[in-house]
Parts: sequence; structure tokens; C-alpha cells
Amino acid sequence: MDPTESKQEYQKYVDKKSPNSPIAKNIFNAFWTGGLICSIGQIIMNICKERGFDQTTSGTIVSIILIAIAAILTGLNIFNKIGKFCGAGSLVPITGFANSIVSPAMEYKSEGYVMGVGGKMFTVAGPVLVFGITSAIIVGLIFLIFNTQTVTLV
Amino acid sequence: MNLDWSNVFDWMQLLKCFAVGGAICVIGQILIDKTKLTPARILVIFVTTGAILGGLGIYKYVVDFAGAGATVPLTGFGYNLAKGTIEGAQQNGLIGVFTGGVKAAAGGIAAAVFFGYIASLIAKPKIKKQ
Amino acid sequence: MQKLGKQTIKFDAPPTIKVCSSIVGPKEADGPLCKYFDQTLEDEFWGEETWEKAESKIIKENVSGLIAKSGLATTDIDFVIAGDLLNQCISSSFGLRDTNIPYLGVFGACSTFAESLCIGSILVEGFAKNIICATSSHFCSAEKQFRFPLELGNQRPPTAQWTVTGSGAAMLSKEGEGPYITHITPGKIVDLGIKDANNMGAAMAPAFVDTLITHFKDTGRNPSYYDAIISGDLGYIGKDISIDIAKSRGYNIASNYNDCGVMIFDKNKQDTHSGGSGCGCCASVFSGYWFRQLKEKKVKKLLLIATGALMNSTSSQQGESIPGIAHAVAIEI
Repeated sequence: MDPTESKQEYQKYVDKKSPNSPIAKNIFNAFWTGGLICSIGQIIMNICKERGFDQTTSGTIVSIILIAIAAILTGLNIFNKIGKFCGAGSLVPITGFANSIVSPAMEYKSEGYVMGVGGKMFTVAGPVLVFGITSAIIVGLIFLIFNTQTVTLV
Repeated sequence: MNLDWSNVFDWMQLLKCFAVGGAICVIGQILIDKTKLTPARILVIFVTTGAILGGLGIYKYVVDFAGAGATVPLTGFGYNLAKGTIEGAQQNGLIGVFTGGVKAAAGGIAAAVFFGYIASLIAKPKIKKQ
Repeated sequence: MQKLGKQTIKFDAPPTIKVCSSIVGPKEADGPLCKYFDQTLEDEFWGEETWEKAESKIIKENVSGLIAKSGLATTDIDFVIAGDLLNQCISSSFGLRDTNIPYLGVFGACSTFAESLCIGSILVEGFAKNIICATSSHFCSAEKQFRFPLELGNQRPPTAQWTVTGSGAAMLSKEGEGPYITHITPGKIVDLGIKDANNMGAAMAPAFVDTLITHFKDTGRNPSYYDAIISGDLGYIGKDISIDIAKSRGYNIASNYNDCGVMIFDKNKQDTHSGGSGCGCCASVFSGYWFRQLKEKKVKKLLLIATGALMNSTSSQQGESIPGIAHAVAIEI
């Protein structure tokens, strides 16, 4: 039978023909590498707390340190290899956010520092900030509305 | 450094952190492999989910249970933003809604911008030699 | 020149492919076809500041290498027909701006090499004496334009293809001892609704089979007429699909068909997933490997069908499907 008879048929046929990602292996790698990155964060957090910082400040310090490490690894051309191995294991933690800002900054340097580095830095991470900040503000507004009726969400 | 290392290496806490952090990443991996979503879309899904779960007060329990296992993934970033706006709302009302979120996440955003700029000054992209 | 059937042109005085020249990047040089290329590069920048400049240099040096090989002077060349993948074909136009040869920039995505051979052979059958057809692509500039920054830590799905860094160029002449371009079959746009930009082979395979079968019907030939049928850059998945579709329409091409994207890399060692792609893929593999086979008469009848995916990053973000195209060039000695 000719698989190109209709678009639906062809899509089905192509899905069957195309190899799937090695999902078991990818999940395993994502699990242990993601868990490891979080654990490193926890250790940094514990050290901060031991040194007398409060919960919020410790969390910020953890973010900054992990972002710095990811930025350095990206700059050393290592993060893409890590990312290829870890998949979501390095993408989902804050390291992936840092990598998604540093990598276009490096790539678009050839278009100049203002419109290249400055302008293109957020090509991948920009949506994260847009949707993160917007949804947080919506959450805050809803909270305000409910809070005036003395119904608290948190 | 004069640290109590048994508090730093609290194995039970680290195990919970490892398991939850790993599990959140596994959700991301399933999205990558099964839905063909681009990395930007996956990050957006996580940050938005984190903000919503934070607003509903659910994510707080995950954070209490897993610590950095819940705050280091991008859902934690979204949670942090939502927590910031709610705290801002409590303190300053409507203005707080607009200032609280970014204030809470300021360290991470500023660090990423700064290190991104520095890296672009020093480093150059190279081909993936795999 | 006469038209056969629906789409095919048969040449009365078939143009000769006088010489070919190829330059490829370091990864291609690690591949199984290394020894066939004229020049291989040590690194992707080739001493330039940007990927785009490096790609321009590749096509520029390749064209000057081709002219040197042919023994002709620049003034003997009537036209250069060139194209690439970058926006508004800047690699070709910037690379060739100092050559002082009348320039026709063409775009057919990865099918550009065959498209330029088609136009070139019509011009040679007309009045032109010597014409250069050249295309190039560069992994890094293509990744930057179509996908993600190089340093982004993402995973490539198994259906993804690897853009070839390289260029191929051919000189078509009125006089010469072959191999000759005897027929061309410019293809139609075929779109079967594939939207996955990481599965180009599947998007282009229907266009390839359409042009292939139209060519057979127009010329009255069949697959066994040719010693080799070569597609441009369908990769492993596209190749597999093409064999299937052709079979379902009554043409068995399994025995003498291969794909340049499959040939250029070692899938297992080089981690290139479904194989090579890009304007430089079929151009460099034809110029390096197949032209030599024709010259040495190891292959006497070759059907080259370069395939292209006619999309850009805007169209894929807007959710458009990927239209495919394929142009066939019959080369015989």
C-alpha cells in the first residue's frame, strides 16, 4: 500500500518508521544527574545555613553559585556535552536556565555586544522570565482578591 | 571553616532531595522524548507550573520535604516568584504584587545576565566534538 | 533541447561536467569519504571571525580551486550559479563578490546543487561555454540560524540530521569528453504535512519519489537503467521511507540506490543520528566521490536527485508543514 495516500496515513507511517529516543536510558540519566545537581544545591544550602544565613538568603546563594558553575562550564564549551548526556537532568535545574542565557550570549557575540550579546541573550530564556513573572503576578493578584475576603491561599 | 558537617551531610535530607529533584527532571525528560517540545517550551512549562503550584500552596510542601530538590529545578524558580508576589501583596498590597516576585528571584536573574555577559566577553562557541 | 513527458528536458548536445572540486570540514574529514575530497579543514572557523565568514571562505576557495583545476581563466567562465542555506544566500554572494564572474544566486534549500546543475546545463545547451555550479553549507551557521546556539546543552532526537560543513562545485562546459548531463527533471513541490523540523528526511522523501518516478515515466527508463541512483540528503530514515514508497508505486530501487547524507558520515562512530544534510552534503559527495566514479567509469549511468526542505525558522514557528522539493539530473558517460 502507498503510505503517501493521505497526510494522516503518511504521518502515521513516518511515526512508525522513525526510531524513538532511547527513553529508558535518557530517563535514568536525567534522574541521577538531576538528583545530583539538586543534592549539590542542598549541600551548598546546608553550608550557608550553618554559617548563619536564613532560608531565603541561602536559597539565593545556591542559585547564584549553580548559575555561576553552569556559566563557567558553558564558557569552557563543556556544558553542551553535559547537556547531551543528562538531557532534562541538566536542563530542568537552574543550570539549564543559566546555560540558556549564556549560550546565545556567546553565539551572537559576532553581531556585536549591544544587539548581539545584549539583544539575543534572552532568545531561549526570555520566555521563561515572561511566563514566570506574568504567572506569578497573576497568582499575586488572585491572592489579593481572595485575601480581602479573608480567604487565604497560603 | 567551623561547620557541623553532620548537618551539612544530612544523608536522609540529601536522599529526599536527590529523589525529588531527580523525579522532577524525569518529568522533563519524558516531555522532551515524547512531545518534541523545544527546551524553551519545557522551561516555560516548568516555571509556570511552579508558579501555579506555589500560588495554590501545594509546592510549599514539596519544598519542605525535599529542600533544594524542589527549589533548584525551574519549578522552584516559579515557586519563588509566586511566593515573592504573595509576600509582596501581604506587605505592600498591589505594588507588592509587582515588585515582590522579581525581588525574590533577583539574585538568580542578575547572576545569569552578568555571567552570560562575562562569558561572551571571554569565551567563544566551539563545535560539538562528539 | 526537447521536453519529454511532463517535466523532463533532454539535451541534444549534452553539457559535459568538466571538473569538480570539494572542500569539507573536520567532521566530514573523519568520515568514510575523507580521501575523495580535494581539501579538508582543520577547524570550522578556518581562520575567520564568524561561522558565516568561514562558510563564505569555503565556497570562495572551492570555486577558485575549481577554476585552477580546469585550467581556464576567470574570463572564460560565463556564469557562476550558486546558493546556500543562510538568509538571502549570503555565503555565496559574499564569498563570490570578488570573482568578477556574472553571478546567479539560487535557493532550493538542500536541493540547490541539483537546481544549479539544471539551470547551468540549460544555459550551456543555449549559448554559454563554461558555467560553474557551486553550493555550500556550514554546520555552525546552520545551527545558529535554524536551531539553537552551539553551546546550548540539548539532546538531538534520533531523527535529526547533521548539516555538512563543506562545499561542492562543478564546471559545466559545452565541449569535453563527459560525463554528460543528458536529462534533467526539475521537481514539483510536494508537502505531505510533516511538521517536525527534526525529521527532514521524512518531509522530503515524498518529493524525491515523485521526481524519481516522473523521471522514469518521462524518459521511459526504469531503475535498473542506472548504475546508481543517488539522493541528496534524505538520511537513513528518508532513504528507508523512499524505498518503501517507490516500492508501493511499483519501482524497486533498493539495490542501486544510496543517499549522500548516509554516505558522508559513519553513523555509529560519529553520532550523526539520521545522517548528513545541507547544500554542501550532496554537492561535496557528488563532487568528491561520484564524479570520480564517473570519470573512472566505475559508474556509467548516474541519477542524482538532490532533495530540499523549503522552510525557514519563521515558518516552522508558525506551525507550517515542511514542503519538499527534489530535482533530478541524469549523468552518463
